[in-house]
Amino acid sequence: MTSANSAQTEGPSPYPSAASLEFQHVGKRYPGAVRAAIEDLSFEVPAGEICVLVGPSGCGKTTAMRLVNRMIDLTAGDILLDGVSVTRRKPAELRREIGYVIQQIGLFPHQTIAQNIATVPKLLGWDKQRTTARVQELLTLVSLDAEMGERYPGELSGGQRQRVGVARALAADPPLMLMDEPFGAIDPINRARLQDELLRLQAEIRKTIVFVTHDIDEAIKMGDRIAIMREGGHLAQYATPDVLLADPADEFVARFVGADRGLKRLTLSAIKDIQLLDGLTARVGEPAAEARERAARHGSDELVLIDGGEQPIGRLPVARLDGKPVAVEDAEPLAATARRQTSLHDALSLVVADGNRPLVVVDDDGRLAGLVDLKLISDALQTRR
Amino acid sequence: MASGPVIPDFGRGSSCVRDNGLFCWGWVKQNWSDTLQPALLQHILLTAVAVVIGTAIAFTLALAAHRRGWIATPVVLVTGLLYTIPSLALFQLLVPLTGLTRTTAEIALVSYTLLILFRNMLAGLSGVPGEVKDAARGMGMTERQLLWKVELPLALPAVVAGLRIATVTVISLATVAVFVVDEGLGAPIYSALQQTFKTEMIAAGALCVALALLADFLLVLLQRALSPWMRVARA
Amino acid sequence: MNDFIDAFKFIGDNASLLWHLTLDHLALAGAAMGISLLIAIPLGVWLGHLHRGSFAAINISNIGRALPSLALISIGVALLGIGFVNVMVALIVLAVPPMLTNAYVAIDGVDRDAVEAARGMGMRGSEVLWRVELPLALPLIFAGIRTAVVYVIATATLGSVAGANTLGNVIVDQATYRLPGVIGAAICVAALALVFELLFAGLQRLVTPRGLRSRRRAPAEVGPAVVGTAAAESM
Repeated sequence: MTSANSAQTEGPSPYPSAASLEFQHVGKRYPGAVRAAIEDLSFEVPAGEICVLVGPSGCGKTTAMRLVNRMIDLTAGDILLDGVSVTRRKPAELRREIGYVIQQIGLFPHQTIAQNIATVPKLLGWDKQRTTARVQELLTLVSLDAEMGERYPGELSGGQRQRVGVARALAADPPLMLMDEPFGAIDPINRARLQDELLRLQAEIRKTIVFVTHDIDEAIKMGDRIAIMREGGHLAQYATPDVLLADPADEFVARFVGADRGLKRLTLSAIKDIQLLDGLTARVGEPAAEARERAARHGSDELVLIDGGEQPIGRLPVARLDGKPVAVEDAEPLAATARRQTSLHDALSLVVADGNRPLVVVDDDGRLAGLVDLKLISDALQTRR
Repeated sequence: MASGPVIPDFGRGSSCVRDNGLFCWGWVKQNWSDTLQPALLQHILLTAVAVVIGTAIAFTLALAAHRRGWIATPVVLVTGLLYTIPSLALFQLLVPLTGLTRTTAEIALVSYTLLILFRNMLAGLSGVPGEVKDAARGMGMTERQLLWKVELPLALPAVVAGLRIATVTVISLATVAVFVVDEGLGAPIYSALQQTFKTEMIAAGALCVALALLADFLLVLLQRALSPWMRVARA
Repeated sequence: MNDFIDAFKFIGDNASLLWHLTLDHLALAGAAMGISLLIAIPLGVWLGHLHRGSFAAINISNIGRALPSLALISIGVALLGIGFVNVMVALIVLAVPPMLTNAYVAIDGVDRDAVEAARGMGMRGSEVLWRVELPLALPLIFAGIRTAVVYVIATATLGSVAGANTLGNVIVDQATYRLPGVIGAAICVAALALVFELLFAGLQRLVTPRGLRSRRRAPAEVGPAVVGTAAAESM
C-alpha cells in the first residue's frame, strides 16, 4: 500500500541513471581511537531509492555517508557502487560521479550561481554549450529564475542557496547523491517546502539518494528505506518507514521513533487508502418524515445535509426535524471537510477536534464521498502490518 | 651624493631661488627632466622590482606554510626580525656585503615586504571557509584544482590588501635608499636637506607622497576589481 | 662577523654618547607621541561614540600609512625649518592616523548589546562612554598606541638628516663611526623599539578587562587594513 506523502516505491527502480549501493561489513576506526567509529555496517540500497541514515549525534551516520565518496577512507569491509568497489577508482574521479550536498552548502562565494552549478561539468570537460544548457535546465528544475544564474551566493537567501546546492550536485547527472542534513540549517517552513520539492524531483528523475538526518520525522517523510543507527555505526534497524513504525526492532528504535509512532504511521496513508463509510444524507427540501425514517432505519441520530449538487452543507441532528421540510437553517455548519488525499493523520486530528464526530469526505468536485470515523482510522492501523 | 640640482647661484638662478622661497615653480619646470623625472622613474623602478620579487618569495613561502603549518612560525620570526631593523641600519649593514649598488637597496627593500605579504597571503588562504573546501573536494576537485580554482581566488582580496601595504611601505623606504645608491626620490630630497633648498624639498617630497597615494589608490581599485562578489552582499 | 662583535664593543666604549642620543631620541619621540595622543584619542573616541564619520576615520589610517616618512620630513623642513620641531610635526602626522582609526573602530565596535543594556539601565551618554565603551575599547585603543609608539621610535631615526638629534646621528655617519658604530647604534634603536613594544604589550594586557582576556587575540591581530601590523613599520 502506498501513499501520496512518502516516496515509497514497490521494489528497485529500473532507471539506468541511478546506481545501487551496497555496504559490506564496513568498518572505520581512527588511528589511536579506543572504539571504532563504525563497526561492521552492512545494508543495500536498491537503485532509484532514497535511503535515510538517521540516528542520534555521534552514531556515525555522517561518517558512513562520507565513506561512500571516500572523503574518509575505509579501514574494513567494502562499499560497492553498482557492484564496483569504490576503492577501485581515484577519489577525485569517483566524486565527480556522485552528487554531494552538505548542510552548510559550501557554494563558492567568488563565483556566480551559474558557475557554481557548472563546476562538475567543467571538471568533466563538457563543452560550453552543453554546460550552459544544463545549467538553465537545472535552475528550472529547482524552481529558480533563469536570471539567478548571474548572481553571487552572497545575494541569495538560505533557501535559495540550498536549492543551488542541490542543482550543483545534480549537474553532471550522477547516479548517486549524498545529502548530509541538507535542510538542517533552514527554517521549518522552507524546510518543508524543500523536502516536498526534493520528493517531487525524485519522482521525476529517480536517483539513488543517501540522505542523512537526525530528525526522525524527516526520515519518515523522505525515506523509501530508513537505517536507524546507534553509536558505533551499528545498524539498529533497516526497513521501510511503515515497518519501522509498526514493528520497531528493539527498545532503542522504539524510543527513537517516538511513543507516538502509531500516529506517525498515519502520516503514511491517506483517506483514499481506506474504505469510506456511507454517509447518511438528507436533501434540502425533503419532507422531514422521510429523513426521520431513514435515520431511524439505520439507528443514527444525525444526518448529513446535502444540496441539489450532492455537496454537503452541514450536520442535521434528527431532533431538529419537525413537520416542516428540511431546511438549511436546521443544520449545523461543518467544522471541516477532508479530501481523498488527506492523510489519515490529519483526518484523525480533524475528527478529534470535532468531538469525535464522523468526518465528512468530499471528492475533488465537492460532492460527498463518504464519512470517516475514529474506529475506521484505528482499524486501518491494525490491519497494516 | 648629490646628483646636481641647481644650487642657488647668485647671478644665474631666479630671484625666487636665490631667496630660497618656499616653492619656485620655475625651478621645478626647469629641472624636471634632468632631476625630478629621472628620480621619479628610478623610484618607481626600485619599488616595482622590490614588490615583484617580494611577492614571488612570499607567495612561495605562503603556499608552503599553507601546506605544512609548521613553516609559518619560523618564517614570521625571520621576516619579523628583518622588519624591526631600522631601514637606515639595514641599508648600512648590507653595504659591506653587496656594495653601494642597486642590489643592496633591493635586498633591503624586499626584506621589508616579506612579513606583510607572507602574513596576508597565509591569512587569505586560511580564511577560506571549511565547508567550501569540503564541497569542492566532495565534487571531485583534486588538491591542485582546489588551490587554483577556489583557495587562491578567495585569498586574492587579502593578498592585494597586503600588496597595498607593502607597496606604500617600499615607496616610503626607497627614499632612504639614497644612503646606498644615488637613485630614487631620496636623492633630491637628501641633497635638498643638505642645502636646505626649500623648493626641491617640497617638490621631491610632494612627488613621493603623490606617488604613494596614487599607488595605494590604484591597488584599492585592483582589489575591488578582483573581488566582485564582495560588493554584492545581501541586504 | 667581526663588525658585529665590534658593534657591542662600540656600544660599551661609547655608552655615554649613545645614552645621550637615546635620551634625545626618546625626547623627540615622546613629544611627538604626547601631542599625537592628545589629538588622536579624544577625536577617535568621540567620533566612535557618536558612530559618525566612519569613512574618514577608517580611511585616514590608510592614507597616513601610505605617506612616505622621509618625504614628509622633507616637506616639514621646507615649511618649518630644520630641527626638532619640524621632525616632531612630521612624526605627529604619521602617528595620529593609526591611533585615530583604532580609537574610532574600538569605540564604534563595542558590543552593541552591552551599550543597549547600559542605556536601558538609565545611563546617560557620557556614563555609557566612561563606564562601558571605554573599558571595553581600551585593548584595541592600546594596540593602536603600541603600533604608533614603535613606528615613531623607528622613524625618529631619520630625523638626523633633518637636524634633530637622535640615534640616527650615528647611523647616517658611517664615515665617522665606521660600520661597528653604525651597527651598534642600529642595535640600540632596534632594542629601544623592542622594549617599548613589550612595554606597551604588557600595558595592553593590563588594561584588558579580565572578562575579555581570553578573547584578546582577535582584536589585536585584526585585518591588515585597519590596525596595522604588530611589528614596527620601522623607518
